Amino acid sequence: MATKRVRFTFAPQLITLPIIYELGHQFQVVTNIRMADVDEQVGWVVLELEGDAAEIERGLDWAQAKGVRVDPIEGDVVEG
Amino acid sequence: MTFARSLKCRECAREYPLEALHVCEFCFGPVEVAYDYEAIARATSRGRIAAGPDTMWRYADFLPCDAGARIDLHAGFTPLVRSKNLAERLGLRELYIKNDTVNPTWSFKDRVVAVASSRARELGFTTIACASTGNLANSVSAHAARAGLEAFVFIPADLEQGKVLGSAIYNPTLVAVDGNYDEVNRLCAEIGDKYPWAFVNINVRPYYSEGSKTLGFETAEQLGWRAPDHCVVPIASGSLFTKIYKGFKELAAVGLIDNLNTRMSGAQADGCSPVAVAYREGTTNFRPVKPKTIAKSLAIGNPADGYYALRQMADTGGACASVSDDEVIEGMKLLAEAEGIFAETAGGVVIASLKKLVESGRIGRDEVTVAYITGAGLKTQEAVAEYVTEAHHVAPNIEAFEARLGERLLQTAGR
Repeated sequence: MATKRVRFTFAPQLITLPIIYELGHQFQVVTNIRMADVDEQVGWVVLELEGDAAEIERGLDWAQAKGVRVDPIEGDVVEG
Repeated sequence: MTFARSLKCRECAREYPLEALHVCEFCFGPVEVAYDYEAIARATSRGRIAAGPDTMWRYADFLPCDAGARIDLHAGFTPLVRSKNLAERLGLRELYIKNDTVNPTWSFKDRVVAVASSRARELGFTTIACASTGNLANSVSAHAARAGLEAFVFIPADLEQGKVLGSAIYNPTLVAVDGNYDEVNRLCAEIGDKYPWAFVNINVRPYYSEGSKTLGFETAEQLGWRAPDHCVVPIASGSLFTKIYKGFKELAAVGLIDNLNTRMSGAQADGCSPVAVAYREGTTNFRPVKPKTIAKSLAIGNPADGYYALRQMADTGGACASVSDDEVIEGMKLLAEAEGIFAETAGGVVIASLKKLVESGRIGRDEVTVAYITGAGLKTQEAVAEYVTEAHHVAPNIEAFEARLGERLLQTAGR
């Protein structure tokens, strides 16, 4: 089993969709939300995913295909 | 000895030992170094600091590593230049330029890397690493060389040769990653998790970012132990912005400065302005962006400390400006022509933003203002190469010279 910590950012049109629920149902991945904030402009969720490493990657690819921005929780680590 | 006491979560305040840890295990919030300020207040004084080295290490009482572990390239204690010409042009009574272009590898990154690499060595790491398109890579490579540490430096495969050279000369292990920015970013975050290295802006980031406080300490000391009224700071990850102010707060906490009413304003390029956009929209929830700007050293589309920068702006009554690439070039030229300081593109962002903030009334004429110039212009020559004065070509005789420059010579003779 692997775990991965990620940050999802949702554009306004995605905010009302149950994407994390679907992620947990369509893939063998346990989703564990640790921090989140949503307003009219943007929503973000910091969560831990647990499951088979390949299954987590498939789930993240699916979320990105839905339009969710997926980042490491560290933000951008490539600096100037 | 260090007065650092723990790592403390900025969200839930849980505390952890001073190890290589960057997020809270409970809420995944970022952790930062907490200190015993009462002990610092007893130990430190203006005189003790003044008697210290002419480097950032004169503020060692406020940094999280012991003296014995220091990796010292003589970073910091850079000039705070009183501006005359630029101040006059902008209509400011008291403007200062904090000139951090003169650090050992010509950018403020030497401050953060000095602390990160020192603490890394103290924690027993023998390899330090980073992912960078320029300044950070240069500084990590140089500090590793100085300390005899291994260095792994990850760069995008399409990085210009000139920027690679500034790191390669120190002989680190350079890894050029094929892939777009997001892919490079994701790989480096994974590597940071997997290998027993001190990745300076990942697992030892709490120590790394403390180095930026020294810009705040120096500013206050160089102003005669007072905090300025207004600071204009470039924003990439947002860490520099928040830590300069943390420096002021710590000086106030231990009684080295009396009042703290500094307003903190940020500067970004339009092509990468998630913080400036959120500021204009009145939210602390910024939207990550894909950077597209000549100000590469500020091109962080998903800034780790963006939220904290926005909160600090609001708390201190500051603002955030963003400027076009054309304005960046104008800013670089203005600083060079008015003050004799050749800054990289980030400096152009700061000067152009400063101008905008003054013109919009966000910075008052009588405010004691400090603009932070964080990197040297020779690193980003390509940005201004086609916009600067061209040479007058003349034949090697006085007649040709006078014929070509005649009008100009009359002007100078009349002065």
